[in-house]
Amino acid sequence: MIKAEWFYWLVGLSFLVMASQMLTDRSNPKRFGTTAFWGLLGAGFIYSSWVVEKKAPAEPLGAAVLVMVLLAGFGFTGRGTPRTTTPEQREASALKLGNKLFVPALAIPVVALLCAVLVKKLSIGGEPILQEGSETILGLGIGAVVALVVGMIMLREKRISVPVQAGRSMLESMGWAMLLPQLLATLGTIFQLSGVGTQVGKLATSVLPEDSLYVAVVVYCIGMALFTVIMGNAFAAFPVMTAAVGWPVLIEHFHGDAPAVLAIGMLAGFCGTLVTPMAANFNIVPSALLELKDQYGPIKAQLPTAGVLLGCNIVVMALFAF
Amino acid sequence: MIVLLGVLVVVVGFATKRNALLVVGVAGIVTGLLGGLSPQEVLAAFGTGFASSRAVTIFAITLPVIGLLERYGLQEQARRLIARFAKLTTGRFLALYLGMRQIGAAVGLTHVFGHAQTVRPLAVPMAEGAAERKHGRLTDKGREKVRSFSASADNVGLFFGEDVFLAVGSILLITSFVNTTYNTHLEPLHLALWAIPSALCAFAVHGWRLLRLDRYLERELVAANIEPVAEGAAK
Repeated sequence: MIKAEWFYWLVGLSFLVMASQMLTDRSNPKRFGTTAFWGLLGAGFIYSSWVVEKKAPAEPLGAAVLVMVLLAGFGFTGRGTPRTTTPEQREASALKLGNKLFVPALAIPVVALLCAVLVKKLSIGGEPILQEGSETILGLGIGAVVALVVGMIMLREKRISVPVQAGRSMLESMGWAMLLPQLLATLGTIFQLSGVGTQVGKLATSVLPEDSLYVAVVVYCIGMALFTVIMGNAFAAFPVMTAAVGWPVLIEHFHGDAPAVLAIGMLAGFCGTLVTPMAANFNIVPSALLELKDQYGPIKAQLPTAGVLLGCNIVVMALFAF
Repeated sequence: MIVLLGVLVVVVGFATKRNALLVVGVAGIVTGLLGGLSPQEVLAAFGTGFASSRAVTIFAITLPVIGLLERYGLQEQARRLIARFAKLTTGRFLALYLGMRQIGAAVGLTHVFGHAQTVRPLAVPMAEGAAERKHGRLTDKGREKVRSFSASADNVGLFFGEDVFLAVGSILLITSFVNTTYNTHLEPLHLALWAIPSALCAFAVHGWRLLRLDRYLERELVAANIEPVAEGAAK
């Protein structure tokens, strides 16, 4: 049986390999902090396996996460000069290879989908090939490995160090932002543990008339959007609003279809992302990038769409989820 | 009620433009302590939270192959592909871009487009070029509008396309959160299917608004360019 943990170890291992490359990269002025950040992330990925199985204490991992936060938060991470091709070389190569270049890139989603739909049902000797419940993650992992093999054969690239270096410079250019979604999910869990969801739930139920399904749908969707505006990210809003209204009221009380309620709830949150300056990487950074005089230009362009789409999500959820 | 102060920490942190990781870290510690967790329990919460949300970061496994393809001109080829559609109006071009962004995100290519790599070097010049070919010189106001809408096409396309791809962070976040918190089992595929109605709505609504941009530009630019046209006619 192929297990999801193997792919977490592979990701952890590649972070560790990339961290060791960062250590020797003298073009990065902050190479020690950068190495420590990615090294801890890689080690954390592997150590997590035992935390999930409750065979190792979670506190050391928590401490490592906080060290990563401090390293990134106080500017100890940086990036080196990537070793890559020149724009002219890339232009020439694109001209030569044409649309063939999309084949490996498209192999990733195709393999992921095949695993999630077909391979999932296969088993050898009564044991499923893919670990149950992790078919999607396995699909992504297998897809990436297949795509890498196809890509290297197609491009006649023999050195595995080339894609690893390329991946490393993409990691460095994303920097600490790559850890942010995972940390926001963690924050959501902590909010949940500390009872923020329950408090918001109390506030919500005090304004919610009992047995009014449609009002509850509206409160969940608008709550997702508002919380996302405040937190700048639907990932952090989701656990709070789901613990407050989504799960107890919409799914348990009104017996809503869980995948529909939760998927549409998340998209209602995305309507909030479209209109908040807190989501700086989507809304404020582009105005700087495009040299706009009005830094709220993109938000203004998105505001009417976000409003209408929030309405659409409410209607779709109310019509189809119950 | 006092635990809601953690939310306030996030708001103040982002409003004063602190480093986002730092804000989230501090908000987690403050909320945990106010919620009655001991310092040790807060550490453990960070640890278990990190361990159970690893699925969100697993897309990193695709970076080496994407990086390899970019070395060999993946972005340049994507650019050439779009350039074939250059003879469009601004609104139609941006609606097409919206559709391509949505489809790309829906098959998992969330990093093929983007503000830095596609919108600035490619989409904006093409959208502005289309407007100028049709209506003459762009005013400052018109230019701001075209650029804002170019950025918006990328955002709307990404947000309402990516959830159709089942291995994206937000779908994996929903399943990992719900499966661990409520001891149930949700399939990413079912969640992804439920993202399709909203994706279609997003394309219809924002696509229509992008097409309306042509009308706005016509009014704005024809009025602004009337003088030079009249001058030309007098000669």
